[in-house]
Amino acid sequence: MTIEEIQNEIIDEFSMFEDWEERYQYMIDLGKDLPLIDDQYKTDSNIIKGCQSKVWVHAEMDNDKIVFTADSDAIITKGIIAILIRSFSNQHPKDIINAETDFIDQIGLKEHLSPTRANGLVSMVKQLKMYAIAYQTQLS
Amino acid sequence: MLNVDEIRKDFPILSREVNGKPLVYFDNAATAQTPKQVIDTIVDYYSNYNANIHRGVHTLSQEATDLYEQARYKIQAHFNAKFSHEIIYTSGTTHGINLVANGFSSLLKKGDDIIVSALEHHSNIVPWQMLCERTGANLKVIPMNAEGELVMAEYSNLLSKNTKLVFVNHISNALGTINPIEDIIAQAHNVGAAVLIDGAQSTPHVKPDVQKLDVDFYVASAHKMCGPTGVGMLYGKEEWLKKLPPYQGGGEMIAEVTFEKTTYADLPHKFEAGTPNIAGGIAFGAAIDYMNGIGFNNIADFENELLEYATNKLLDIEGLKIYGTSKHKTAVISFNLEGIHPYDVGTILDKLGIAVRTGHHCAQPIMDYYKIPGTVRASFAFYNTKAEIDTLVAGVKKAKIMLS
Repeated sequence: MTIEEIQNEIIDEFSMFEDWEERYQYMIDLGKDLPLIDDQYKTDSNIIKGCQSKVWVHAEMDNDKIVFTADSDAIITKGIIAILIRSFSNQHPKDIINAETDFIDQIGLKEHLSPTRANGLVSMVKQLKMYAIAYQTQLS
Repeated sequence: MLNVDEIRKDFPILSREVNGKPLVYFDNAATAQTPKQVIDTIVDYYSNYNANIHRGVHTLSQEATDLYEQARYKIQAHFNAKFSHEIIYTSGTTHGINLVANGFSSLLKKGDDIIVSALEHHSNIVPWQMLCERTGANLKVIPMNAEGELVMAEYSNLLSKNTKLVFVNHISNALGTINPIEDIIAQAHNVGAAVLIDGAQSTPHVKPDVQKLDVDFYVASAHKMCGPTGVGMLYGKEEWLKKLPPYQGGGEMIAEVTFEKTTYADLPHKFEAGTPNIAGGIAFGAAIDYMNGIGFNNIADFENELLEYATNKLLDIEGLKIYGTSKHKTAVISFNLEGIHPYDVGTILDKLGIAVRTGHHCAQPIMDYYKIPGTVRASFAFYNTKAEIDTLVAGVKKAKIMLS
């Protein structure tokens, strides 16, 4: 599936929820369920510092696609990471570079990607794209 | 006894909604809300008096100068300073601390000691680290215990004839601990050291008497006391303020300038370079009037009641731990739910319209002591109610269910 198709699928899933509690409960459950990153990659060099919650990101190439894994010490942050990884992982670098993150807004989680939110997610999205740019340079 | 229902009518923001719920504002230690009396003062100033001060011969400038200087007298009276020129307007607590730290750079030499406490706001430790780097002085730290209190025996051990300055907050922002500053000041004076007290967290709750405390410097921010942001005050004993060199160069702070030499203006203008926050200063005065109108004894009684009520209700929640359990504390509760990150709790509470602070509260050394990433901090003011605390407690319970 393309990034856009995955994002539309996520929007569909979230449209079934009636209020914020259901949305957040779903996200919390996503966060709990996913062991997102191998412990060996939870290093200081892979850490993205928000003021409050920590985010770790690791990227590796699988043929011509990037596989992302990530984690956070806060569960809601982790839930959003799960959603972002689902949309960006296993994709071509150039598609990741061009991808939008508007869908986060559409599923009612806009505030978490606000630059003023001290959760490290804005930096995480930037970091995912930086990895894509780096790998794209290697490919071309 | 204060009438909280009447008081709440003074604060327009308290009737707004957040995320579809009535706002419950428990982030008072970060900034206090502004009553309409203070807002009206700002509007009135810009509507009727706006002019640059201290220099104009025209009527507006003189009226604005009078208002600004009257506010300085209000601040002087509030803190019981001996002279009005011992009150320096600043942009806030951080500015006041930097002003003193900068002034001491010309008074310190290698081998001198500066003592700070483990309970400091970490941004306030930075000016002293910079000062020590510049001068070769040593930075020493008064440790804390598990209750979040300073270990006073250790403080006594740190003091020596090399101690030149002691810097301690009156009340800890992260834990609410009220520090024994009378004792800290007296012991410092015994070895000839000066003392700077950070009053950012105390001035919303108590009325410090700088002469009775015999403190050398005391700093505060207006916005923690129902005033506007961007203005604060530094109290300094006259003898100290005369000794310290000016902090910034510019207009207002000079008496005479030639290319060979500049003579500095008298106190307080020596430390007030450039056009100040005039409306802010005047509104600071209005905020002090407002709080004194309610009365600090009434405020303390009411807030202590809120603190006790909230502490008991929160401790009923299984797995909730409160950090900072000194018997001497103000209406601040720092807590965590076992196994749950404070950021997650804060996010759920925000969805319920409850404003709390989460994180390390710029007091990383305290969080390191407890080995936690941060806490959820609820801080109360005299316009909060027990009903709002019930909303908080219900919100924390809900967050616990959702996040467990």
